[in-house]
Amino acid sequence: MTTPKPQLIAILGATKGMGRALARAAAGRGAKLCLLGRDGDELARSAADLQVRAAAAGHAGPPPSTILCDLEDPLSHAPALLAAEAALGGLDVVVVTAGAFATAAAFDADLGLAGHVLHLDFTCTILFCEAARLRLLERGGGQLVVFGSVAGDRGRKPVGIYGAAKAGLHHYLESLDHRFAAAGLRVLTVKPGFVRTGMTAGLPEPPFAGEPDAVAARVLRAMDRGASVVYAPPIWALVMLVIRWLPRAVMRRVGF
Amino acid sequence: MPRPRSDSVSGWGRVADPGRVVWAERLEAATDGVALLRGLGRSYGDSASPPSDRPVVLATPLADRILAFDPASGLLTAEAGLSLYALNRLLHPRGYFVPVTPGTQFVTLGGMVAADVHGKMHHSAGTIGRHVRALRMRIADGETGLQTLTCSPTVHADLFWATVGGMGLTGAILDVTLQLERIPSPWIEQEVTKHGNLDELLSALQTASATWPSTVAWIDCLRTGAAMGRGVLFAGRWAPADIAPAHSPRWARRGVAFPLESPIDLLTPWTVRIFNEAVYRKQLRARVRGLTSPEQYFYPLDIVKDWNLAYGRRGLTQHQAVLPREAGSAAVRAFLQELTRTEAASFLCVLKDCGDEGGGLLSFPRPGTSIAIDLPVRRDTPAVIARLNAAAHAFGGRIYLAKDRFTTAADFAAMEPRLPAFLEARRRWDPHLRFRSAQSVRLFGDPCEAARPGAR
Repeated sequence: MTTPKPQLIAILGATKGMGRALARAAAGRGAKLCLLGRDGDELARSAADLQVRAAAAGHAGPPPSTILCDLEDPLSHAPALLAAEAALGGLDVVVVTAGAFATAAAFDADLGLAGHVLHLDFTCTILFCEAARLRLLERGGGQLVVFGSVAGDRGRKPVGIYGAAKAGLHHYLESLDHRFAAAGLRVLTVKPGFVRTGMTAGLPEPPFAGEPDAVAARVLRAMDRGASVVYAPPIWALVMLVIRWLPRAVMRRVGF
Repeated sequence: MPRPRSDSVSGWGRVADPGRVVWAERLEAATDGVALLRGLGRSYGDSASPPSDRPVVLATPLADRILAFDPASGLLTAEAGLSLYALNRLLHPRGYFVPVTPGTQFVTLGGMVAADVHGKMHHSAGTIGRHVRALRMRIADGETGLQTLTCSPTVHADLFWATVGGMGLTGAILDVTLQLERIPSPWIEQEVTKHGNLDELLSALQTASATWPSTVAWIDCLRTGAAMGRGVLFAGRWAPADIAPAHSPRWARRGVAFPLESPIDLLTPWTVRIFNEAVYRKQLRARVRGLTSPEQYFYPLDIVKDWNLAYGRRGLTQHQAVLPREAGSAAVRAFLQELTRTEAASFLCVLKDCGDEGGGLLSFPRPGTSIAIDLPVRRDTPAVIARLNAAAHAFGGRIYLAKDRFTTAADFAAMEPRLPAFLEARRRWDPHLRFRSAQSVRLFGDPCEAARPGAR
């Protein structure tokens, strides 16, 4: 089944990391974007960047519109999505890459941080997705693209709390897919492995570390074919297949 | 691009300094508490290594957004971490190119400004500083604070010209506004000529520089006697539209990686001799003219990613000096003789013609001949560098900070009568020396407390 290439995209998290790369890739093939985020200056800088890059790829036009929206403030979600829809003149895709990250060591030092990450990556993200799916379903369908993590695939030593939030998010997204597929909602869960962004800066780098641009290209392809889950870089699908089947006795011994 | 190891910092020469690299997407917020920023780490020595008492250096390549580009004027504003690699792929196919490019694309805009880079086109276009229109910076404000301000050749001009070529020591460069050049075609018209000895090569370099905007000569450093200084001269210009193909040459997506760190130093006098012979004999005819891509012309070494690994665990350094025009070709000859005496095999020995001095207080080039040689690091490297510095100093020459790691403070001060003026401008903007590097501690006498455990 081929689907038309997404044209009207609202994206929460486009100023940084993989969201930035995905927005660039989408703008580079002519998509019309609306950037959602909580820092107006940052949104403006990213909008300018996307305008120049789109023009360089032959899609000259005005810069993407920007709408203030704070993931941590659920009351801002629905109005922001409505404003995005108005700015775009429609809405085909909603992308969520925003979130918070910390390692187990950081959580051990600060339990408050654990509460923050769980709240943001699980509760707030799901509430945003609820607002987004209501918006899309009201329009008769669309695509919801949400960045989870390979950390949510198995309980692993270094990413317990972050991984738990992501696992819960995956679970929710899967149910969303099952429940609303018939109504025209396509849900894509992106599971990035280790990708070199500001989020992972300073962490020891495992094998198979990926670049944001390669992740973005892969996510766009997955969006085009209407996939429901995509691992990026692709090797992580295999890595996690192995990890998921490792017995607990082994997982207790390895540091991964 | 892979990151360097997190417990030490090094430049392209791979000689490690203590320190830690932290990556940031938002430079303005991340500059607090760091003494130095670095781009892609292509300076050879310790220019981009932090001082040991504040061992965090902020890496900028994730801050790579383009903030404005005007196709009519060619004026570009971008965050300091934008690489030339990305810029070339984005804007060269649309007919724009940096007016000055160094010999690698793996540099950031901020790094280019900090080193005030030059290239094969120095005699016609000067250094990059000549084409920078404004810098937005994070600079010291009182003893502990920081402030953001914009400087240009007309606003806070003293800060601007201390920052151009100032090796990151005046503050953090956040955004760069740069005038790009409109190119007549995406191709380079190139003329390659062979010359059997130094005098012939130097006079050909001078002649070519009068008519070609871009020139560079590669020489065989191991030759002595009559064949000393034999080499190949590359002259180039953007091809006029009427002789160039309409399509743009393809930019390589990534280079061929050097497989792994060589267990031994591969660059022995014998292997270098074979390499040099091959380069010289590769082209049979004395003169060849044709079209080539800017990637092949400007960045021949970028094709092998991580070629610095060939020098093995001890790494490499470069010595680049400019000998003033007044000293004449006799100075170049004497310098090369000194080089031959050191018996330091050099894989890469490059001569360039330099034009007028730029406005940067510490900008490297001045009218004359620039000589750059790569050297494997050995036990006697400091002594070799000292001898080459003495030879350069004797003719009134000076060295390029972006390549240096082994020069002494005394030798540098002797070669740089401009140093006090630079230090004074820097003290005016950063009286407490918040911004420092391992190199500024080594060469400028910057204070550096003994490293404290747990210090940032």
